Amino acid sequence: MYTILKKRKLSDVTNEMVLDAPHVARRARSGQFVIVRIDERSERIPLTIADYDRSAGTITILFQEVGKSTMQLGTLQEGDHLLTCAGPLGNPTRVDHYGTVVCVGGGVGVAPIFPIARDLKEAGNTIISIIGARTRQLLIWEDRMRTVSDELIVCTDDGSYGRKALVTEPLKEVLEQRHVDRVWAVGPAIMMKFVALTTKPHNIPTVVSLNPIMVDGTGMCGCCRVLIGGQVRFVCVEGPQFDAHEVDWENLLMRMQYYKDEERLAVEHWKEHRCRLEQAEQEAEKERHRHG
Amino acid sequence: MAELTPKERMQIPRQEMPAQDPLERRYNFNEVALGFDFETARREAERCLQCKNPTCMDGCPVGVLIPQFIRHLREGDMAGAVVAMKERNSLPAICGRVCPQEVQCEATCVLAKRGAPVAIGRLERFVGDYELARRTCPLVRAAPTGMRVAVVGSGPAGLTCAVELGRRGHQVTIFESLHAAGGVLIYGIPEFRLPKWIVHAEIDYAMECLGIEIRTDHVVGRTITLDELLADYDAVFLGTGAGLPTLLNVPGVNLNGVMSANEFLTRVNLMKAYLFPEYDTPIKVGRKVAVIGAGNVAMDAARCALRLQHMRAEKEGGEPGQVYIVYRRSRQEVPARAEEFHHAEEEGVIFEFLTNPVEILGDEQKRVRGLRCVRMQLGEPDASGRRRPVPIPGSEFDLDVDMVIIAVGTTPNPVVFLNTYGLERTKEGTVVADMTTLRTTKPRVWAGGDVVTGAATVVSAMGAGKVAAADMHRFLCGEFSESEWWPAQVEAPTAGA
Ligand SMILES: Cc1cc2nc3c(=O)[nH]c(=O)nc-3n(C[C@H](O)[C@H](O)[C@H](O)COP(=O)(O)OP(=O)(O)OC[C@H]3O[C@@H](n4cnc5c(N)ncnc54)[C@H](O)[C@@H]3O)c2cc1C
Ligand SMILES: Cc1cc2nc3c(=O)[nH]c(=O)nc-3n(C[C@H](O)[C@H](O)[C@H](O)COP(=O)(O)OP(=O)(O)OC[C@H]3O[C@@H](n4cnc5c(N)ncnc54)[C@H](O)[C@@H]3O)c2cc1C
Ligand code: SF4
Ligand code: SF4
Ligand code: FES
Repeated sequence: MYTILKKRKLSDVTNEMVLDAPHVARRARSGQFVIVRIDERSERIPLTIADYDRSAGTITILFQEVGKSTMQLGTLQEGDHLLTCAGPLGNPTRVDHYGTVVCVGGGVGVAPIFPIARDLKEAGNTIISIIGARTRQLLIWEDRMRTVSDELIVCTDDGSYGRKALVTEPLKEVLEQRHVDRVWAVGPAIMMKFVALTTKPHNIPTVVSLNPIMVDGTGMCGCCRVLIGGQVRFVCVEGPQFDAHEVDWENLLMRMQYYKDEERLAVEHWKEHRCRLEQAEQEAEKERHRHG
Repeated sequence: MAELTPKERMQIPRQEMPAQDPLERRYNFNEVALGFDFETARREAERCLQCKNPTCMDGCPVGVLIPQFIRHLREGDMAGAVVAMKERNSLPAICGRVCPQEVQCEATCVLAKRGAPVAIGRLERFVGDYELARRTCPLVRAAPTGMRVAVVGSGPAGLTCAVELGRRGHQVTIFESLHAAGGVLIYGIPEFRLPKWIVHAEIDYAMECLGIEIRTDHVVGRTITLDELLADYDAVFLGTGAGLPTLLNVPGVNLNGVMSANEFLTRVNLMKAYLFPEYDTPIKVGRKVAVIGAGNVAMDAARCALRLQHMRAEKEGGEPGQVYIVYRRSRQEVPARAEEFHHAEEEGVIFEFLTNPVEILGDEQKRVRGLRCVRMQLGEPDASGRRRPVPIPGSEFDLDVDMVIIAVGTTPNPVVFLNTYGLERTKEGTVVADMTTLRTTKPRVWAGGDVVTGAATVVSAMGAGKVAAADMHRFLCGEFSESEWWPAQVEAPTAGA
């Protein structure tokens, strides 16, 4: 059992949690993730280790409510527990002195890009960060990103904050105007795909962190497999970071859609269940008032 | 019952196992084989000739005292039967259900030559279930030795090793990467063949009696390394199995609707996806499913798929669909347990023998729409002694399917070997170990089960756990030291041995 020590809502759908998980914290490094499971009936879902504190034995996760599991996770409060927290999984970021690195974070992908940017900064790189979200509300960790960036560009799709643009626009300009040695990008698959297309003509090595559907996260099922340079690779063991220009994006995007119908059904089922639960609680409350 | 003559014993027919009706059981995940009642068990036990030289025992990888436990059983002395059984096998309720008896103990029973061996497995299950319900024979722990052992992996190899060392008074901690202990018993073998409560009960009981601790969510190689374990513990046993799925090397393996049997079975069994949406993990099953391979894994995947199809039809109407098993050899070479093959046929799984997939075909949305196959014929015997299947030119045809489950084998998962040195492995990925002691090339590390042999059986993994535990005990008692670790006579095991 892993206790939720802190919980903060960053937007209606974005949550930050600090978990008590000393076994994960002690070896966690940037780029790695955990698999969590809420209760006996939950699925195992992967979430990036957005930060860690070895001495406190804690890790920070940040997630967006997109379906049943993340919605349920969002209802948990400080003091509640998770049944599973396995990790750290995947390979850590290969940190080196590259020169100038552009770190691109989209949506909730800003959280995973943060420890990567921090490590790269510590290794002596010049960091230009570009972070973006659909709208102001959803933009997270701007302050944290500022602390590890030499330059920070903020944009929103709808222009409600920062520049009105997709992250690929400022990226393109930076690449045209500056010398850049490497690009790191984390965000929705579709964003990472366009980042790859943007850096490709400039031939700049680009690393992305892939987020396919997973089950075990330990290399046992093959659910997370992607095509990298035509080869089948397991993201949970061999990734999650890969050369963006080698990724078969169509294959990844298509595989992420596989359980679309079930995901919708799960959310409907969950909402119905929540409704009934709340009703029952209200009834019980009334009952208590009547007797007390 | 009066003492029978051997002739009379041989006239008793082998007792049938009561089973759920094949047509009904396609709609549920309840256990298929229902088990003997006491009368049937005793009648079956009467068939045993109590041979002076019990050849049946030669066929059992852990040397169960077969005639002894059967004698107690037929005398109605269940406590004695349990003691005799537990002498060699701590998990009879599991082995009785999943051992391939027809190639092990029952194959070498003298009565096998006359057509019908004693149903040793079914009797073993009966004794195991009796003990599970009553716990007459507790596991006893010797005085604590102060020695600490880490066991990596909680499958049958790791569990057995832990139990054997726990009984000898050593302090054992098991590290398991998944959230539940049991290995293949829990994530692979389906509920209808091995109810999960049995596995949980056996594990909980052993942990309780022997004070063994299980740390789940610990992926050795990532959460903690083998070298770190060696710093903290006096000895380490690796029982991490062979959990890495082999995928087919044909075009189309990354289409939607193609999955490894491991994924399919893990979703269904470990995550209980057959209860979706009550349980969160989703599973999809095609209208027409092809399962590639014909081992136990393939049978299990096919029978799970068939059940999901029927449960869907019951809920939503429409036809359940079809499940095919596509196998490149013939019926005679099917490697699965005979009972599972038989049950799969009864339930309506369709077998395409002498057939090999060459390509998985996709539609515009990159979903499976068919499986291109070629017919095979049997040629000269290959290295395994079985006749090698060779394609018949021009015999390609398309099987109309919308899902493909690959069950063509597994190899050891390499994660446990990350960040460690000096542990030699074969080119197949299995750990090199001295087969008599199960010592690896790294001092204080033993290994056994599928991680050494490649995919094998539950009881052989248990046997390995015992062999290693015995040698580890000698080491922990100071009978030999690290400098005497790697004897010169050690040879790399041959593949599949
Ligand atoms: C290595 C790895 C690290 C990850 N790290 C994080 C993280 O730090 N924070 C986080 O919020 N998520 C992260 N994810 C994604 C996260 O695991 C999924 O969002 C989660 O499993 C969704 O479960 P669900 O039941 O809530 O939604 P589901 O019902 O499974 O999905 C609902 C909808 O959301 C879409 N979806 C799924 N994954 C994503 C995604 N990554 N981005 C956008 N849409 C998605 C699905 O396609 C579907 O349409 C990570 C994934 C991987 C593989
Ligand atoms: C679907 C299926 C059906 C089968 N049916 C039968 C049958 O009917 N009869 C029969 O005799 N045999 C059967 N087998 C084979 C049998 O189950 C295996 O041979 C046996 O389980 C091997 O035992 P093991 O302990 O070596 O490994 P496993 O049972 O594979 O257990 C290994 C354990 O180690 C854990 N692990 C792996 N890596 C790590 C790590 N890095 N850190 C921590 N833990 C780790 C795994 O999660 C797992 O729990 C079947 C196998 C499958 C897959
Ligand atoms: S353990 Fe397996 S092989 Fe040995 S006697 Fe029992 S059923 Fe037969
Ligand atoms: S060989 Fe067969 S008949 Fe003889 S003791 Fe063993 S089980 Fe009984
Ligand atoms: S999630 Fe199962 S192999 Fe990667």
